[in-house]
Amino acid sequence: MKPSLRGASKGRRGNPAGLLRFARDDSLAFAILLALSSPLLADSDLPPAYWSNRQLPDAHQEAKAEALMEQIRCLVCQGQSIADSDAELAGDMRDLVRRRIAAGENPAAIRSWLIQRYGTWISYKPTAEPAAWPLWLLPIALLVAGGLLVLRRVKVRRR
Amino acid sequence: MSPTLRFVPLGLLLLLLAALVWRLATPADTNVHSRLEGQPLPAFALPAGIPGKPALASTDFASGKPRLLNIFASWCVPCIAEAKVLETLTQAGVEVDGIAIRDKPEEIANFLQRNGDPYARIGSDAQSRVQIALGSSGVPESFIIDGRGIIRYQHIGSIESDDVPMILSKLEEAK
Repeated sequence: MKPSLRGASKGRRGNPAGLLRFARDDSLAFAILLALSSPLLADSDLPPAYWSNRQLPDAHQEAKAEALMEQIRCLVCQGQSIADSDAELAGDMRDLVRRRIAAGENPAAIRSWLIQRYGTWISYKPTAEPAAWPLWLLPIALLVAGGLLVLRRVKVRRR
Repeated sequence: MSPTLRFVPLGLLLLLLAALVWRLATPADTNVHSRLEGQPLPAFALPAGIPGKPALASTDFASGKPRLLNIFASWCVPCIAEAKVLETLTQAGVEVDGIAIRDKPEEIANFLQRNGDPYARIGSDAQSRVQIALGSSGVPESFIIDGRGIIRYQHIGSIESDDVPMILSKLEEAK
């Protein structure tokens, strides 16, 4: 997903003269103009950071980096990991992860460095924090409830 | 099944509906807040954003006076409107420093010439590294750093003219 702009962004207006002659219907003309317009630039002009789209030469290190990048949430496209996102900030974060792994840093240390800054929100890895306890306990509770339900049914049938 | 038990599923459904309606009425905050409020500013030293203006380092902040650190970019549209508001802040005596994200010197110079230049110093953060170290997730964003170099407040999005009194009082608190 491409990053969206904070605040309003307007499409650029194209030159409608040639098109309008053929398009009698205003809504059709609008649709054509909309298709031709390009969104206002919301990205920088700078090329991606060096390691953002480049694998580390050491396959073992690259595997470690990739495993971590798949568990770090993109700040711009908030449903994607930085491994999946096309946002520039995600690219810069991939660069940061690969650089640190190449420098010998532990993935767990990089993750906690990011959590210190952005909170547990940044990591997709499930935590054992109290806030997550209901999630861990729910399957067990449902299993027990289901078991009890089945037991009762079986007893009713036998009678 | 007892008659009261019979209404449990309906009750659950109503609860679920109420929860959904409540979430629709009060949407969740999708902003990502930096966890560094109350923490010291991370150490950094950035190169100058434009020639002729001082570069920016974390050591420039623990100067005994609160400063406003503004994260901006020449390619950022809301930053254009924010530049004017920042200028009113500098006129009120606020010291503003800038970090330009993924930017080029000539484009920063162009931006400042067109929209005004409120910055005492500008650091260039070409790979968003200091931005990530600050726990910032976009442009524009601003941080209030107190005189001891502690981050006191993070403002997400542009500072609008309505926000000026609030920013001034936060700066006053940070003294």
